[in-house]
Amino acid sequence: MEEQVAAYVAKEQKEPLPPPPSEVGLTGVLRKNLFATPLDSALTVVLGLFSIWAAWNLIQWAFLSAVFVGANREACLAGEGQAVGACWAFVYAKLGQFMYGLFPLGERWRVDLVIVLLVALALPLAIPSVPQKRLNALLLMVAFPFVALVLLTGGQFDIGGGWIAFLFALAAFASASFAAANVTASRRLLRAATWLAALAMVLLLASNIVWSGQMDLLVFRFSVLSLLAFLTALASITSSLVAAWSGEDGRAVALRTLAPPLLVLALVVLLAGDFGLSPVATNRWGGLLVTLVVALTGIAASLPLGILLALGRRSHLPAVRLFSIIFIEFWRGVPLITVLFMSAFMIPLFLPEGVSFNQLLRALIGVALFSAAYMAEVVRGGLQAIPKGQYEGAQALGLGYWQMMRLVVMPQAIKLVIPGIVNTFIGLFKDTSLVYIIGLADLLGTVRRGFSDPNWITPTTAATGLVFAAFVYWLFCFGMSRYSIYTERRLHTGHNR
Amino acid sequence: MTADTQSIREPRVALMRDPRTRGLIIQIVMIIAILAFAAWLINNTVRNLAQANIASGLGFLSTRAGFDIGQVPIDYTSNSSYGRALLVGITNTIIVAGSGIVLATIVGFIVGIGRLSRNYLVRGLSTIYVEVFRNVPPLLVILFWYFGVLSVLPLPRQAIDLPFGAFLSNRGLQTPAMRFDPEAVLALIAFVVGVAGAIVLSRMNRQRQMRTGEQRPTLLPSIGLILGLPLVVFALTGFPFVFEYPEATRFNLVGGLQVKPEFLALFLALSFYTASFIAEIVRAGILAVSWGQTEAASALGLTRRQSLRLVIVPQAFRVIIPPLTSQYLNLTKNSSLGLAVGYPELVAVGSTVLNQTGQSVEVVAIWMVVYLGLSIAVAAFMNWFNARMALIER
Repeated sequence: MEEQVAAYVAKEQKEPLPPPPSEVGLTGVLRKNLFATPLDSALTVVLGLFSIWAAWNLIQWAFLSAVFVGANREACLAGEGQAVGACWAFVYAKLGQFMYGLFPLGERWRVDLVIVLLVALALPLAIPSVPQKRLNALLLMVAFPFVALVLLTGGQFDIGGGWIAFLFALAAFASASFAAANVTASRRLLRAATWLAALAMVLLLASNIVWSGQMDLLVFRFSVLSLLAFLTALASITSSLVAAWSGEDGRAVALRTLAPPLLVLALVVLLAGDFGLSPVATNRWGGLLVTLVVALTGIAASLPLGILLALGRRSHLPAVRLFSIIFIEFWRGVPLITVLFMSAFMIPLFLPEGVSFNQLLRALIGVALFSAAYMAEVVRGGLQAIPKGQYEGAQALGLGYWQMMRLVVMPQAIKLVIPGIVNTFIGLFKDTSLVYIIGLADLLGTVRRGFSDPNWITPTTAATGLVFAAFVYWLFCFGMSRYSIYTERRLHTGHNR
Repeated sequence: MTADTQSIREPRVALMRDPRTRGLIIQIVMIIAILAFAAWLINNTVRNLAQANIASGLGFLSTRAGFDIGQVPIDYTSNSSYGRALLVGITNTIIVAGSGIVLATIVGFIVGIGRLSRNYLVRGLSTIYVEVFRNVPPLLVILFWYFGVLSVLPLPRQAIDLPFGAFLSNRGLQTPAMRFDPEAVLALIAFVVGVAGAIVLSRMNRQRQMRTGEQRPTLLPSIGLILGLPLVVFALTGFPFVFEYPEATRFNLVGGLQVKPEFLALFLALSFYTASFIAEIVRAGILAVSWGQTEAASALGLTRRQSLRLVIVPQAFRVIIPPLTSQYLNLTKNSSLGLAVGYPELVAVGSTVLNQTGQSVEVVAIWMVVYLGLSIAVAAFMNWFNARMALIER
């Protein structure tokens, strides 16, 4: 025992240590931060020289020897014995393409308007102190996408009668559930409304299987069955309205009951109406516009899909769980580029005769499914972090599954994983650059095409264009990550140890 | 009493209100819906394929490919089969992913530790590196290296001279190659023996320390065994190798080892991009070890280096490994971006095959199977490593 202790116990008095070096004053601060040890000093000297060299070269390239004005490649060609830096004249000349692609010049105000609307709706939502969050969110999530769709494409969609009947049948269900909020409403009328709405759905299903004659109503083409479904849905809505009106305090409830069909009506008018906008095909869209469309659609689709998949993966029903696991792991296991190839080459194979999706829509489907799988894993992390007591407490209060998730679990889980969600958004935004490989002209794609333009081929054009694109991507991604850090701090309420 | 219990009957619940029945119904409906959807897709696909006159199946793999591939690590000519071409693609994917993972790990650890440095300059530069590379699409970085840097390098005739007889031109990097004589195998054997010896030595020393508390030097003898032994054998056999230097001919550089610009662009971009994520993971991992651990280690009398090696790093690794795994997987999947600069990896070769044969379903299926397989392989290895590093709890 004694010899073991002897091995590491000092036998003699150690020399006292020297006093620590001063850490105050300019020299003290410098010594502490830059020259603490010999290794530190060496690193400081080497890296300092490197930084000066790099910064000087960067300034030289970007400003001192850069070309700012010029009409074509001649301006950016190096003369004898002189080096040319960035060719900003190229970026200036192509800026319109980088932003809008081949969108017709006279129609670009529509894109600008969409961007202005987006900023005007998203900014107040992002600033915590602005009131009316619910209305704002509704406008951004529900109204804005359709308005943007009509503005960008020109609208005047050819909507089939089947779709109209379907939308009104959905509205009928919503109306019935709103009317049921009035406890004094006639139960019999409400039941009739629900059954009529269900009948409309059945009729719709039948109209897709059984062919029945065509007829035109206004500008819409209905089959007999779908027209019947449409009329049944209207009857259901009327029944709900009468039920809501008849009860006590009827007026307010009746107004709410009227809201879903009015919304559907507005939607149909918006999509099918003629607002004098000339149509712009999606293959003329390009540049930052396509990048934003793909990214925002991906974000908007991935969050709800991801939440559903995450709930599915934690479900007690084995079939639902298995399906979710396979779906998530499949998409997470393959690169996005194969997904995009798959959507470009295989979706046309999957569709029945006569139906075709355009290239942009196919890419959107691929991106949405891909990012939903990643989002699902992030949300699942949040769900797992919620203590079991929260679930049990919600159940003890008598909440059903969806009520429990909506009111108790999800708000806490989403708050926990905001950084992860924003990270997924950032990843998605960067991944949109891949659509250029399957032939869409996003920001990177237009830059890539721009520097292959024979009018502008010089040794520095490619680097200049790519640095410009990198800066645009960087601004968006860096902005998102800063906002996420800010939100994280603001929401950092509970869960502190 | 008995009358009471009999009077309390099971309340009658509507079928949809019973959780078990409802769950069963939901699942059955879902399965039927999925099956119907799948059947619809398959039906459409079969009809569309029949219309386009494409015979499905993997038979096309053995037909002649008829196209050339720029970089062939295994034997391949345009007379080889499509299957062989895809195999070349898989090999190239593994090469770029493997080398990228190594460089990304090295750079990522250096930068990640740099972000925690006391040195202001080191910290600042590391932060700039991370914030720049993390927020830019990897595809853009690849294109930047390829079109912005490597394409505008001088022609091979005016290639830039690098130290040690290497050249950099727009045809890529040309370095001297080592050509070994057969006797060099002895040095390889010596290397293996050295590694085995080092392992035995460290085991013995550890057991001795456990028994008596006495520490014996391990690091230096191990380095001597691993590096010195092969060197000695190498010298004894009379340095059985020659350097083959690249030489400038009229139009090109000949000889040596050529690294093509496509590979270089992809390799550098992927490594530097992924390194920025690894740096953040490393930083978070080290910060996750609480300060009390450091204080406790110094209270035990461990030096700063000892406390890092014995206390901090083993605990940090536990936090680092799971996210590191997913970064490795991301890098492997991102290697498919080589398509954009013409590096012949699996997706690039596959898309050529797809365009020539029209076998889109089969080619996409092969992609998916290979990437899922690679993902599972990397994940399995990292899980094994993680299990080894994990805290052994009582």
